[in-house]
Amino acid sequence: MTDVAETCVQENPVERYLRMDRIPHIWCPGCGIGTTVNCFARAIEQADVDLEKLAIVSGIGCTGRVAGYLNFDSFHTTHGRAIPFATGLKLANPDLKVVVYSGDGDLVAIGGNHFIHAARRNADLTVICVNNFNYAMTGGQAAPTTPLDAMGTTAPYGVCERPFNLPFLAKSCGAVYVARWTTYHVRQITKAMVEAMNKDGFSFVEIISPCPTLYERRNRLGSGLDRMKWFKENSVIKNGSDTRNIDIAYQQPIICGKFVDIDRPSLLEVTEAKIGDIRGKQRWADVSRRQKKSIEQTE
Amino acid sequence: MKTDPAGVLTGAHYLDGDFACGEGAMAAGCRFVAGYPITPSTEVVERISRRFPMMGGTFIQMEDELASMAAVVGASWTGTKCLTVTSGPGFSLMMENIGLAAMMETPCVVVDVQRGGPSTGLPTMVGQADMMQARWGSHGDYELIALCPQSPQEAFDLMIDAFNLSEIYRIPVMFMMDECVGHMTEKVVIPEADQIEIVPRKLTSQTPEEFLPYRVNGGYVPEFARAGDGYRFHTTGLTHNEHGYPVMSAECQEQNVRRLIYKIRDNADQIVRFEDDGVDGADIVLVTYGITARVAQMAMEMAREQGVKVGMMRLIIAWPFPEKRIKELAGKIKAFVVPEVNYGQMVLEVQRCAEGLAPAVLVSHGGGGVHEPETIVEAIMGAAK
Ligand SMILES: Cc1ncc(C[n+]2csc(CCOP(=O)(O)OP(=O)(O)O)c2C)c(N)n1
Ligand code: SF4
Ligand SMILES: [Mg+2]
Repeated sequence: MTDVAETCVQENPVERYLRMDRIPHIWCPGCGIGTTVNCFARAIEQADVDLEKLAIVSGIGCTGRVAGYLNFDSFHTTHGRAIPFATGLKLANPDLKVVVYSGDGDLVAIGGNHFIHAARRNADLTVICVNNFNYAMTGGQAAPTTPLDAMGTTAPYGVCERPFNLPFLAKSCGAVYVARWTTYHVRQITKAMVEAMNKDGFSFVEIISPCPTLYERRNRLGSGLDRMKWFKENSVIKNGSDTRNIDIAYQQPIICGKFVDIDRPSLLEVTEAKIGDIRGKQRWADVSRRQKKSIEQTE
Repeated sequence: MKTDPAGVLTGAHYLDGDFACGEGAMAAGCRFVAGYPITPSTEVVERISRRFPMMGGTFIQMEDELASMAAVVGASWTGTKCLTVTSGPGFSLMMENIGLAAMMETPCVVVDVQRGGPSTGLPTMVGQADMMQARWGSHGDYELIALCPQSPQEAFDLMIDAFNLSEIYRIPVMFMMDECVGHMTEKVVIPEADQIEIVPRKLTSQTPEEFLPYRVNGGYVPEFARAGDGYRFHTTGLTHNEHGYPVMSAECQEQNVRRLIYKIRDNADQIVRFEDDGVDGADIVLVTYGITARVAQMAMEMAREQGVKVGMMRLIIAWPFPEKRIKELAGKIKAFVVPEVNYGQMVLEVQRCAEGLAPAVLVSHGGGGVHEPETIVEAIMGAAK
């Protein structure tokens, strides 16, 4: 009896990283956000992070709710401001491992300026972007990631703007780690998250994810499952691709892979080195002033 | 608790208000500052960015004021005392995350060195027209505290109070300087570190198992857990329960937001701060703050020479407003005279609190300069008739 009970009530391996008192979550059936959270829970087991020092910062949106479901110090901030909030958190306590987990609209529309500056200054953050090609939380409006010609509630005749190519944006601003995967690639996502978290500096993982309720429905792209099949058949893995050539076009193959993995001194490394120098010089100044004083006194 | 001597530049100095404000912040134990340059406030961060490395502080120049304010709120969750500094246009951008600080109950201090507005206005010249914005600038209902120094010495002294109040109530505190106070240079005496009393972050003594980030047990202010201390707490700008979890209901809104409001309203008697000069027996009472208090001082003396019984009530803390005191005076005097470098902001509060018992006469200056004392004297004489 007990044996059977014990085998049946085995804990789900990711449960301990979730706030189970908040389950059921708000995400729709077939949504890809939960898949990414599952990958994240597995990634933190493998990554070189102290879980007591892990902080998750989200902005606003369906993806922005991730912070509330992960059982770590977690911050659900304002729309677009997850990155600067996280920057302050990390700089004020460099012992923390700070992960920003948010949506495409949050990170690169309203938060776009913060995104490019965090990459430029190589802020010690891992940024995970769930790109579902739209503003989901507010009902499926077009975003700066919606492919040209795709529909959104505010683009009823199709989008007229060219979308961002996020890996190219991140790379050109200075990110030290850049990868893109779809929610079909759960093992690769997990690995990318591990690698990203193990880097110092600005690391970025884009995850193309279905939003069956809004984006897929409006564009008649089928269910979450249909979309996974589409991802499977239409994603092309090209590690090391030149990020200039990996734009996403409507219903065209999606190029996935790890595109950037370089080392460049992070914001904290540079700051700490400089401050060490300044302090050193200051100490010298103090010492020489004192010596001068004692010379004056002896004279 | 006494402050960390590393941040205290003890001695008598000749400093401008901006530098004094920066020194005050460092003496108060501030160790994280994020900012974006804007006249006439920039000297504050210039001062701090130069001195911070020597005391283990972190300064970062962010990409804009949205980011500066967000970074400050984030940094405060490590238990670090945090500051940002700006002027009108940047203050407008900070409103979003001032609201977040109010909702998450995050201690921090925001300096606004006021210049003429609206919009880009008069970048290098004085204004006092952000007083209502300081109170009401972010959306939704919240309460906070705003101080208004009238001299470099006060810019130093009140900065310590600003940080202490932000810790006691876990709120964003507004430090409403103006260009004149920011740029005037005067003697500033900085005491020894062991003479500076500071309020440390009230860290919870509960275990992670017992701890709930927004439980107050009938009090007003929850205990604080720092990120990285193993509490694994959640906080959000959404309406939330004691767990910090979002709950979308009128009941939760009432329980959450009522406390944000009443932690200040119910303690207003302890918080309000003003200075009286010859108010007892006066017929006319000037209500003033910041640089205008110093101009009004001269006007008061001139009017007294002409035989008018005039006193002055100088607001040191503008928000919460000294409602009771205004009402009490209103029953005894002929009129209030309120000179401001704006087209009428704090005068509205005086009128509201006087409840019609005495009129409150606005003496307006649109900005770019301060009043001529004669203009104020004229208003005093008119009101005394
Ligand atoms: C300042 C501000 N503007 C607008 C909104 C409304 N809003 C909430 S979520 C959202 C879009 C979120 O899109 P994304 O980041 O892609 O997240 P998703 O819901 O798609 O996961 C918007 C516009 C807001 N909360 N705050
Ligand atoms: S609306 Fe879209 S993104 Fe939001 S939970 Fe539903 S499927 Fe997911
Ligand atoms: Mg989205």
